[in-house]
Amino acid sequence: MSLFFTIAVVVLIFLIIFQIAKAAEYVAVLKGEQKSNRQQNKINAFLMISFLVLGLIGVYWSNELFYSKTVMPIGAASDHGEKYDQMFTWTIIITGIVFFVTQILLFWFAYRYQHNDNRKVYFFPHNNTLELIWTVVPAIALTVLVVIGLRNWFAMTSAAPKNAMEVEVVGKQFGWLYRYPGRDHKFGQTFYRVIDDGANNPLGQIWRDSAALNLHADPANFDDVMPTTLYLVKNRPVKMIINSRDVVHDVGLIHFRMKMDAVPGIPTTIWFTPTLTTKEMQEKTGNPNFQYEITCDQMCGNGHYSMRGVIVVVTQAEFDAWLSQQKPNYYAAFPEKDPANKVQVATPPTNPNTGDTSRLRGTSGNPVGNSPNLK
Amino acid sequence: MSNEAILQTGVGGAHTAGVHEEHHEHHHHETFITKYIFSQDHKMIAKQFLITGMVWAVIGGAMSLLFRWQLGYPNEPLPMWVQDILGKWWVKDGHITPEAYYALVTTHGTVLIFFVLTAGLSGTFANLLIPLQVGARDMASPLMNMLSYWFFFTASIVMLSSMFVETGPFSGGWTAYPPLSALGDASPGSKTGMDLWLIAMALFVVSQLLAGLNYISTVLNMRTKGMSMTRLPLTIWGLFFTAILGVLSFPVLFSGFILLIFDRNFGTSFYLSDIFISGVGPLPHEGGSPILYQHLFWFLGHPEVYIIILPAMGIVSEIMSINARKPIFGYMAMVGSLFAIAVLSFLVWAHHMFVSGLNPFLGSIFVLLTLLIAVPSAIKVFNWLTTLWRGNIRFTPAMLFAIGFVSIFISGGLTGIFLGNSALDIHLHDTYFVIAHFHLVMGVAAMFGMFAGVYHWYPKMYGRYMNNTLAYIHFWLTMIGAYLIFWPMHYQGFAGMPRRYYDYTPWVSFDHFEGLNRFMSTVAIIVFSVQILFLFNFFYSIWKGRKVRTQNPWGANTLEWTTPIKPGHGNWTGEIPEVHRWPYDYGKDNREFIPQTTPVGADENIH
Repeated sequence: MSLFFTIAVVVLIFLIIFQIAKAAEYVAVLKGEQKSNRQQNKINAFLMISFLVLGLIGVYWSNELFYSKTVMPIGAASDHGEKYDQMFTWTIIITGIVFFVTQILLFWFAYRYQHNDNRKVYFFPHNNTLELIWTVVPAIALTVLVVIGLRNWFAMTSAAPKNAMEVEVVGKQFGWLYRYPGRDHKFGQTFYRVIDDGANNPLGQIWRDSAALNLHADPANFDDVMPTTLYLVKNRPVKMIINSRDVVHDVGLIHFRMKMDAVPGIPTTIWFTPTLTTKEMQEKTGNPNFQYEITCDQMCGNGHYSMRGVIVVVTQAEFDAWLSQQKPNYYAAFPEKDPANKVQVATPPTNPNTGDTSRLRGTSGNPVGNSPNLK
Repeated sequence: MSNEAILQTGVGGAHTAGVHEEHHEHHHHETFITKYIFSQDHKMIAKQFLITGMVWAVIGGAMSLLFRWQLGYPNEPLPMWVQDILGKWWVKDGHITPEAYYALVTTHGTVLIFFVLTAGLSGTFANLLIPLQVGARDMASPLMNMLSYWFFFTASIVMLSSMFVETGPFSGGWTAYPPLSALGDASPGSKTGMDLWLIAMALFVVSQLLAGLNYISTVLNMRTKGMSMTRLPLTIWGLFFTAILGVLSFPVLFSGFILLIFDRNFGTSFYLSDIFISGVGPLPHEGGSPILYQHLFWFLGHPEVYIIILPAMGIVSEIMSINARKPIFGYMAMVGSLFAIAVLSFLVWAHHMFVSGLNPFLGSIFVLLTLLIAVPSAIKVFNWLTTLWRGNIRFTPAMLFAIGFVSIFISGGLTGIFLGNSALDIHLHDTYFVIAHFHLVMGVAAMFGMFAGVYHWYPKMYGRYMNNTLAYIHFWLTMIGAYLIFWPMHYQGFAGMPRRYYDYTPWVSFDHFEGLNRFMSTVAIIVFSVQILFLFNFFYSIWKGRKVRTQNPWGANTLEWTTPIKPGHGNWTGEIPEVHRWPYDYGKDNREFIPQTTPVGADENIH
């Protein structure tokens, strides 16, 4: 019933608009085309200048409403991010000036030079000086932006410092896997064909010899840790080695102003230095639920929106305490090798993603879903 | 091939120059099929492209409303009748399913970019205007022209049919990045839906190549006497560069698709390496690179956005000059900047890949080249502004859309400076900032160019006017709506909100945009219904619009207004007129306008 009512109302509105429009056309014919054109011209010229004024108010107003909801007023939580925010501000200023000048001129000219029977238009086909000015001035402004941009770009994409902590982040449909190199500071080798979610080997760590695949167990794997949440240390550079198990994903770190694709077969890297712990950010934002989230920014399938990861930034002392409690993934796969194995068998490592994604609606289309490790 | 020779071979109009139009009607009965369906008349083909484009615009636009509903009203079920239309695959428990959401997003993008803003825009206006404005009786090859439409039509049918397959239409985003698009096991949309998507796109590429080669040869070879290249209207320049871009870049896309087809069906590993699909196991592919596809795709993908915007720029330049009653400012600079944009558009593709792991040094080169493209764009904007300055502006509906185009193009173009600068792109990449940027600068702006063109050349197409009042309502509501939708979207981008998310509620960082999302979705529904008003105006006016009684209703200089009010196949009844001047002599020597066919007087000033 309400459907027909809605349709009836919509049709009615259309009909009314249409009848008015038709009537206006007849009136125009009766009044004489010239006269009605003149009238319409005036109305539209007035609307042009009104649009400009209301539009400028709208620009101000939407900034008031929405700027506070972005991550910009909080400030960046990494050293790269601070540079980013400065550059962002400069770009806003330069483009903002151009925006206001050109939009005001556009609508002002439209209003000011509306049709007038007595006006003689100024035959002005070209002027080399003017054209030179607005070729050179934008070119200079852009050069400034390019210089700022490339300096930051090379800083952000430079090689990571020697003392950087290394961590591997691997995307899969639909979640993130993290790996720390363990006590030997060396990641064990992986091979995608030995990936086995059921046997606690989601990255394909090579820890068994295989004649068929011509693989030799890599002892560096034995102490690699795969926690459920990514822990980083305040003021300590971190180098992320990013990889993907299946399709292209993207590690998006909005508060650190960092982003990098995870490409299957081609590892990528980023580095940055977190400058605020999660706790400090919770205080700064006044939001006790604040968390550093990892977003997936590259369309990766029907569960794309659910690829949420969490980063906890802590102090070095807290980090050391946390890390000492992490069991190498090797022991989860081979409980019998664990020195403290009796306890371990009962509690396999929790899955990185179940905790975070359980709130999401089901993502059909992937037979495995979100919790491969528990299978 | 001479202009007259064309018609001897054409099916529809085998009349020679000088034969009177009525005469022609008597002797050569065109059947319904040759006149309206398999027509070789460029004007009819233009209308076919336009109306097919409109159908796709409605479908693609309606799709955006469905996924905007999901974003704006995540807790409210869709209206029952929408659920009934869509059926069980698309809707579960009153909500669009994630599969359907991604299928809608993907198809919306593909359809709007290729079928509406490429075929619908340049297909319409290149066909309509190139012969009329260069002074030719038809395209260089009317047959190829006809085939180009029918390839497009077939592509449309295939794309449409992909909506109805069991595993759903392709749902991996319009860019179709492998491995997602290559592996049916990674996403059900990459099964049959993707096969159909690829076939449709391949047919579309064929259509574009047939069309583009035709446009180029017509502009180069079939200009009337006196029509030197520097006397071409800017519309033709825009369409000419567009055709060149298409001919050079579509084959590269095609090659990318061919490799993708091989990877999908014949076990090759061009794009695939080291892949383990949950539930399936490791795949045998090794040694491929997904990045290779991205290079091939964006080598078309970036020129493609200029394929969309250059015709709109040309149309706007022409309409702005006519209705400001003043010559376009800096004609040569306008042509030069079109040329610069066309060349640079081939050298900037990797700016879509700044965060793909691209070598940072290579990235820096692309920053430089990308920001370089802002210079010709700036020249164009300032030239448009100067064209308005001290003019005598008539606000016809076309002129309103032309002014609206400039405003939207500025707003959308400036944000390109953020995205083209790799360091700034890092945070904004693949967020709503990008959505806002390209929807304004190539979506809305190109649509405005298209609307301007339709309102302006409607009298030439149908011999009638569209209703002005409806057109004014259409313009103002669309203009206001476009800003209301896309301006606040930039702020979501500043917040880093990723695009293509089905549901933001689990995210601490993005959940607080709920109200804004609802607002944008609501405005989108209103703006969409305003477009229905435009369509109604369009079709109603074909039969019932006010009749055009003068040959040159806008007082324009170009050649199309020297044809009869309703030109037959062949355009001019007598000889094709000779051209004596450039097309922008408005307000010269106190004369309101001087058509291109007027010989230069002895006492005339030379500018």
